[in-house]
Amino acid sequence: MSAPDLLFYLFAGLTLLSALLVVANPFSRNPVTSAMFLVLTMVFLSGLFVLLHAFFLAAVQILVYAGAVMVLFLFVIMLLDVKEEERRRIKAFSLGLGATGVGGLFLLIVISIFKGESGAGGYPRIEGSTFELGRLLFTNYLLPFEIVSVLLLVAMVGAILLSKKDLK
Amino acid sequence: MDWDFIIISSVKIVCAVVALLTMVAYSVLVERKVSAFIQDRVGPNRTAPPLVAAIPVIGPFLVRLGIFQPLADGLKFILKEDFTPSHVRKIYFWLAPAVAMVPAFLTIAVIPFGSTLGKQNMVIADLNVGILYSFGIVSLAVYGIVLAGWASNSKYPFYGGIRSSAQMISYEIAMGMSVVPVFMMVGHLNLSEVIQAQADGGWFVWRSPMTFLSFVIFLIAAFAETNRLPFDMPECETELVGGYHTEYSSMKFALFFLGEYAAMIAVSSLMVVLFFGGWTLPFFGLNQPAESLGMGLLHIAIFLGKMLFFMVVFIWVRWMIPRFRYDQLMDMGWKRFVPLALANIVLTAVWMWWMA
Amino acid sequence: MLVKRAKLSWLERLYFPALLGGLKITWRHFARTLFKKAVTMEYPEQRHQLPAGYRGAPYLVKDPDGNTKCVSCQLCEFVCPPKAIKIIPPGPDGQPPDRANAEKMPREFEINMLRCIFCGFCQEVCPEEAIFLKEDYSLVGLTRGEMIYNKEKLLQLGGTHHGPIKKWEQKLREARAQEAFPVKQG
Ligand code: SF4
Ligand code: SF4
Repeated sequence: MSAPDLLFYLFAGLTLLSALLVVANPFSRNPVTSAMFLVLTMVFLSGLFVLLHAFFLAAVQILVYAGAVMVLFLFVIMLLDVKEEERRRIKAFSLGLGATGVGGLFLLIVISIFKGESGAGGYPRIEGSTFELGRLLFTNYLLPFEIVSVLLLVAMVGAILLSKKDLK
Repeated sequence: MDWDFIIISSVKIVCAVVALLTMVAYSVLVERKVSAFIQDRVGPNRTAPPLVAAIPVIGPFLVRLGIFQPLADGLKFILKEDFTPSHVRKIYFWLAPAVAMVPAFLTIAVIPFGSTLGKQNMVIADLNVGILYSFGIVSLAVYGIVLAGWASNSKYPFYGGIRSSAQMISYEIAMGMSVVPVFMMVGHLNLSEVIQAQADGGWFVWRSPMTFLSFVIFLIAAFAETNRLPFDMPECETELVGGYHTEYSSMKFALFFLGEYAAMIAVSSLMVVLFFGGWTLPFFGLNQPAESLGMGLLHIAIFLGKMLFFMVVFIWVRWMIPRFRYDQLMDMGWKRFVPLALANIVLTAVWMWWMA
Repeated sequence: MLVKRAKLSWLERLYFPALLGGLKITWRHFARTLFKKAVTMEYPEQRHQLPAGYRGAPYLVKDPDGNTKCVSCQLCEFVCPPKAIKIIPPGPDGQPPDRANAEKMPREFEINMLRCIFCGFCQEVCPEEAIFLKEDYSLVGLTRGEMIYNKEKLLQLGGTHHGPIKKWEQKLREARAQEAFPVKQG
């Protein structure tokens, strides 16, 4: 096993472990602890991206998720002063719903893994070059890019509307 | 694995970290001295190790300069009682100072602090996404403060933590967007490429009005990101006692303190690299990567000199303007700088299209 | 009261004039300290020129003949606001006073300098001009006990006081000079 392989297993294991600790931490039911483990998950995930030589993605992963989104999470958790989550009774209905959702997603991923032809693999070309990146975004991936931006815009407008108390 | 690479990189890392720690210690001294002078005082001028003070002329001069003060400060921090209040959340209380310290040190990994020395490039990791990396790491710095505020489990540190989380995110956006025009002009996210572009076409501060605007926004956002006055809301001693580090003492407090200065150094170096040509100077052929050892050292010295300039700016501004109110700070971030930075990007795009 | 917020001009809102003003002021002070002199005093080496009549720590004085002036009347002990003074009178079989015409002399006289507020009441009240507020203002000690000055120390620190021994004679002379002395002459 070469060093990158070893690192892959290390990072993958750590990612899974910390992701597990986000939702099922036996030592603490504190939301802040969960949030911190989520940050760790993000960081390890970006380690995986680095192993794939997707440096751009790795950096953005840390910058956006660990650096901004999770800070907002923490901000909200602290601001609302979410108390230590007491063990709720899990209802059968919601359990079933959750299991269906997660199982479906899992199945989808497994199917797509086995359906797909594994390619030769290679290094991404665009890392670091803004020209390349911009060109790709606005040619090959124009539609997804625009759809995502519209989606974000809609979400933003929705959030603003929801947070405004008195709608006229 | 390439052993040469590992060894040389380790040497570079060790040198850079040692240099950074020394600079942190001495920037505290510079801060104290400059502050003292601005306030008509003399500043630290007494600390003298026994033997040095006996040297005829130089000894007393160095003592008056306060050269040995950082040593005494460090010793004091180590020897003080490390007090952990009973009401804190222990794990995070211990974790926070370390988290506050580390990001600033990680940032210097991508910064080219010189051209070449022998055959080695004077940068620890010449990442192709250098700037994204450094922004990502800088954005992690907020965790130290937020966790410290939360772990202290008392009201003023908590306010400090809350304030810093909101402030850092807001200004990170302005900061990130302010540098986009620079990278549009360079066409590459690698910091060495940025320096190369400046060596060829002039420093970005003067290159065009847009990049100048970029620099201004970046500078202001840098103040907010490093929690320096006039934006030191998280520690604001008139309102929050000491903000997030109220409950800390001894070495744990020192780590926050050092982290702040290390962050200042990191941001200063970023500014030098992005807008002031890094290690280049536009005359005497200092624009080209060094061929001889002396030139290489000179380049490093140039870089350090420029960085020092920004450190003094940071310190100086502290006494120039009073602290902002928190709502003014947020107002300025979101309503002034973010739109301004966005407009700047569009303007640069138009400009580049026009020129092409 | 309502204070109208001043309307800022466009330039002022840009914040640049304020910045320049700040730069000017800070630079002026910086340059002055750098090239001329700091306004501060390097304390242990340089000391303040104390004005006449400065009220520092109270010490006991001796008269020019080397006698203890204090007659242990305990007025100062009584008047001292923070109760810093503690006097032990000699008692019936105590040590005789140094000088003639004095009834007694304190056996022990202590001033707790940690309590003393340098108010000067003791000097004011003393009928024998035996205690004076001298010019010491920085008293240091390693323990609390060290900061309680006893008679020997106070006398030694106070030194000799030159001038008329009898306070009331001086008061009389002063009053005569002002021609406003209310007490009849005997
Ligand atoms: S100066 Fe005032 S406080 Fe001090 S001993 Fe005399 S009366 Fe007491
Ligand atoms: S110092 Fe003066 S007031 Fe105090 S006991 Fe002696 S004589 Fe009386």
